[in-house]
Amino acid sequence: MQILKNRHVTGWLQAAPLTLILLGFLVLPIITIVIVSFWQATEFSIIPAFSFENYEFLFGSAVTWKVFMATFRYAFITWAFTLAIGFTVAYYLAFHIRSQPVQIALFLLCTIPFWTSNIIRMISWIPFLGRNGIANQTLISWGVVDQPVEWLLYSDFSVILAFVHLYTLFMVVPIFNTMMRIDRSLIEAAYDNGATAWQTLTHVILPLCKPGIMIGTIFVVTLVMGDFITVRFMSGSQRANVGRLISNDIALLQYPSAAATAVVLLCTVLITIAILLRFVDIRKEL
Amino acid sequence: MAKVGYTRRSILKTGAAAAAATLAAPMVWSQESKNIVLRQFGTGVSNLNDVATKVKEDLGITLEMTALDSDAVTQRAATQPGSFDIADIEYWICKKVWPTGNLQAMDVSRIANYDKIVGIFKDGKLTPESTIAQGTAPHTVGFVEGQGSTTFASEQTNWMTLIPTIYNADTLGIRPDLIGRPIESWTELLNPEFKGKASILDISSIGIMDMAMVCEAMGEIQYGDKGNMTREEIDKTFAIFTEAKQNGQFRAFWKTFDESVNLMASGEVVIQSMWSPAITAVKSRGIPCVYQPLKEGYRSWGGGIGLSASLSGMELDAAYDYINWYLSGWVGGYLMRQGYYSAVPETSKEFMTENEWGYWFEGKEATDVITSPTGDTLAQAGEVRDGGSFEDRMGHVACWNAVMDENQYMVRKWNEFIAS
Repeated sequence: MQILKNRHVTGWLQAAPLTLILLGFLVLPIITIVIVSFWQATEFSIIPAFSFENYEFLFGSAVTWKVFMATFRYAFITWAFTLAIGFTVAYYLAFHIRSQPVQIALFLLCTIPFWTSNIIRMISWIPFLGRNGIANQTLISWGVVDQPVEWLLYSDFSVILAFVHLYTLFMVVPIFNTMMRIDRSLIEAAYDNGATAWQTLTHVILPLCKPGIMIGTIFVVTLVMGDFITVRFMSGSQRANVGRLISNDIALLQYPSAAATAVVLLCTVLITIAILLRFVDIRKEL
Repeated sequence: MAKVGYTRRSILKTGAAAAAATLAAPMVWSQESKNIVLRQFGTGVSNLNDVATKVKEDLGITLEMTALDSDAVTQRAATQPGSFDIADIEYWICKKVWPTGNLQAMDVSRIANYDKIVGIFKDGKLTPESTIAQGTAPHTVGFVEGQGSTTFASEQTNWMTLIPTIYNADTLGIRPDLIGRPIESWTELLNPEFKGKASILDISSIGIMDMAMVCEAMGEIQYGDKGNMTREEIDKTFAIFTEAKQNGQFRAFWKTFDESVNLMASGEVVIQSMWSPAITAVKSRGIPCVYQPLKEGYRSWGGGIGLSASLSGMELDAAYDYINWYLSGWVGGYLMRQGYYSAVPETSKEFMTENEWGYWFEGKEATDVITSPTGDTLAQAGEVRDGGSFEDRMGHVACWNAVMDENQYMVRKWNEFIAS
């Protein structure tokens, strides 16, 4: 029992469960993926090897570059929209609603859509946006358009719409959280010193919300970059992002090639996050 | 039990024979298959709960079914041999999966209705005069020299790879009400008239065949063998379709049965590659939809049941019972009433009314309402099946679903096509 009294031993023991889980379910699979990415495959078997063929093909194909660019584009546009909407919603909740019960109630209201699955929320857009869907019928009956609008569904528009719908809450929550912790006297001080509402927003609230924005950004960017199902359904398989490249490869039994793409995607996302973290030191600010 | 000179099996055999004699039932199944569970997986077409229910009733075997898409089926058969007992796969998948050794060959002498199986699956010919279509024709991958052999035999042997269960001739589905004129050729899929209203399926090995049918019909490419293209032919085919895609010809690509039904039923798409029961599903919503016969012929496919290499003993016996039961007619009748064909039409006939047999198999006018096995009305009296009789349809197969030698190259090109 003496040994358990040792501060270091208990510390290690307490950290052990999480460490083991992370090793077993995160580090090990990633190592496996990296190893397999150097293997080769035939139609029905994968062959252990050390070959750069998968990477050569990946970087040598114009499609890869195009698809990575498309992935970044989706991530950026989705980020911009979720940030604008998320910040506004959080601002309203944090500063306009005075009573705490109402605040909590409204916040919970935001989470209600999340009681259903991602896929259902996404697919429910399809009949709405379709050629003969509610949106087009409404537009036609109002006389806004004569012909059904085709680009509402199976287009970049529908993909981004679904992304924004699915992921805005991931922006709202962390931003709301940081806003609630802003000392209200700072805002009063800003007003007392003659700052306009806009100046208060840009010079006081926005800088203080940076950690929340950054956490939300990381959520949204990684979710969008890793997604494949939204792109597949909402574009009717007409568009591709990196996730779809990987899922196609897996479907066609090209595991090594899928692993290589996954490794490149993982690196890309890690680099993106590293760059984002240069802007805000989350640890310090939290 | 062996001590007293009887085995359980011999008792059951005698018992079964006695029962057969007294009851005069068409076939009596051994009782030892009770409590046996067989895990079957395959594409949605033949993984039917009704089959599982009926087999439980007739044989006592519990059939656990898993339905997956074609790609996932291939993947599972190739990589997870321990996860299934019975693989319900297509012949082109068999070509891919057989060399892995995950399936075992079947002893033809244990298949009661072997002689009645349609010629397509034995020597490749529907009638003695038929020519054999391009692609992976079922008989080319239907036999091996012996148990454990990983290469296919060039002619009928005593060892079958898959027992054929279900097959059909595929073509394009159209919405006649939205098109309003006759459609006769595969070229119509790329007709600019249907810009933004066409679709093909996003399953590379089948999609490429539909593409080839279109390109050949357009006169753009002459293929040596559509089921086994050269790299040059693959490049040309994709060039034509990539251009069409970038011009906005396609509304969407579909991967699952339900997607194809929804695209057609909602009017997003008016012409697309489609499967027969999907047409049925659209029709049963009261929306006109035709499985349009085209002058260049059909793209055909066939499926069969394969046995996992790990099956042995009682389970293996049960699997043979199941196969014999499968070919004995009830399932055939069930599938034929959905618009598929059974490998042993003769036995299925007994499980269909004369009207149903006439409509589905002989291409005759329906004399009464035609309903699906689940009770939906599919055709009224006086209607004729799209494409006509069995001989008319299966006799005009231009190509079988296939897997090519250049498959990997094609797959990469397919991936590029989707991403382009």
